[in-house]
Amino acid sequence: MIEELANGDSFIRRLDPRGKIVVVFLFSMVVASANRLQVLLCALVLGLLIVLAAKVPVKELVRRLIPVNMLILFFWLFLPFTFGGEPLLHIGPLAVTREGLLYATRITLKSNAMMLMLIALVASTPISTMGHAMHTLGIPQKIVHLFFFTYRYIHVIYREYFRLKNSMKIRGFTPKTNLHTYKTFAYMVGMLLVRSFDRGQRVHNAMLCRGFKGNLYSLSKFSFKKGDIVSVVFMLTLIILLGVLEWKKTI
Amino acid sequence: MEKNDLIIHLQDICFNYPGSPQVLDRLDLKFYRGNRIGLMGPNGSGKTTLFHIVMGLLKPSSGSIEIFNRPVKTEKDFIRVREKIGLLFQDADDQLFSPTVLEDVAFGPLNMGKSRDEAMDIARNTLNFLGLTGFEDRITYKLSGGEKKLVSLATVLAMEPEVLLFDEPTSGLDDRTKATLKDVLAGLDLSYIIISHEMDFLDEIADSIYSMDNGKILFDKEVHVHQHVHAHPHGAYNHEHN
Ligand SMILES: Nc1ncnc2c1ncn2[C@@H]1O[C@H](COP(=O)(O)OP(=O)(O)O)[C@@H](O)[C@H]1O
Ligand SMILES: [Mg+2]
Repeated sequence: MIEELANGDSFIRRLDPRGKIVVVFLFSMVVASANRLQVLLCALVLGLLIVLAAKVPVKELVRRLIPVNMLILFFWLFLPFTFGGEPLLHIGPLAVTREGLLYATRITLKSNAMMLMLIALVASTPISTMGHAMHTLGIPQKIVHLFFFTYRYIHVIYREYFRLKNSMKIRGFTPKTNLHTYKTFAYMVGMLLVRSFDRGQRVHNAMLCRGFKGNLYSLSKFSFKKGDIVSVVFMLTLIILLGVLEWKKTI
Repeated sequence: MEKNDLIIHLQDICFNYPGSPQVLDRLDLKFYRGNRIGLMGPNGSGKTTLFHIVMGLLKPSSGSIEIFNRPVKTEKDFIRVREKIGLLFQDADDQLFSPTVLEDVAFGPLNMGKSRDEAMDIARNTLNFLGLTGFEDRITYKLSGGEKKLVSLATVLAMEPEVLLFDEPTSGLDDRTKATLKDVLAGLDLSYIIISHEMDFLDEIADSIYSMDNGKILFDKEVHVHQHVHAHPHGAYNHEHN
């Protein structure tokens, strides 16, 4: 589930993670504040191209996009009806407004464009490298730790979950719709939380025993090479272009 | 023994987990440089708890701890203790937390202020020493149980401790890995305490065997006054004759 995607080799994978983080951050800022459909469409296409360049397997890509789009689908169910504005079409007592449709379309484009970029970043950068890159970018130590340990403990919880599930399976548990099933699931969730908390505590203790004083050090050295400069400048130009399109209302 | 050689000195240590009965009851322990001690005891007798108290992970409700002839009380005192005393956890999954083996082994040296290159060198050498050459980039949570144990040992040895506390290092190891562990222990100039349930293993690598019961440590001398006539080390530990 949380297996890192970063396995294939691609041009993007070899880029300095700091450049990638900055680009994704600026891209998200521009896309989040943009409103024109043309701009958002361009952003979506750009996101798609980058994901392709990062060689993210299509299956993985789809799997990661589904949760976001489920949420968006939910927006589509009520946004077009609840937004005040010029009615386009009537379904029973409900009116679909032009503004509502546009709003839902914008949300769809924005979220998918940003998700694509994020997926490309995560898929092309190992998580630990990302943490260290964030640190060298001057992001506060506390936030980097939060990021690092969230990742680490998601693993912990996931593994505890597997252990519990297996121990239930080998004793012949099959979920049904009865009280026994609900009770078992309730126990499992409770155990999962308690056990993960305990293990978290023990991992922290083990870190203390090895002299952990609140600093994480990185073994990876980052170097900003010519390829990095070229890619970052190229991406920044595109992002600025998006911004200009939005602002000048050309096309 | 000289006073200088007294490394761990516990006096009258009492401890209980919140809301639970006493685990350690006025426990005394003197551990000298060069000692190689095996520690046995039934499950739940407080062996792990004892190690965690020495490392400052648990605070005793009463009693005093002196390590290297200095009283240790605060977290700050224990930070220095942890640079000299290494603890190998009972569960290797608790010990390893970095994505890759090399990063995990280098974690301790980096915390001790070594430079990136020094830490990498130390980590590589330690891995080689344990016969784990080529494990540098392996993903820690995908190692087998025995490999995890050995890598955990590497993470502790990389800090070049003077004393090692092993919490059941042999559990779940096959004979070959156990033999590796024995060789490593024989080749190290270290003082250590090893918790294990395996008499044969302890016989080979420990000079004396203590046992724990009722929240106290029974020393060698208790072995001799033990009611069994034969004074083999089993005497200090609950065992059956057949
Ligand atoms: N985190 C904890 N909270 C409460 N009780 C605990 C905890 N850890 C251990 N114990 C209890 O303390 C006693 C000693 O445990 P432990 O030191 O792990 O024993 P050993 O390592 O000798 O098997 C046991 O009875 C155990 O149930
Ligand atoms: Mg134990």
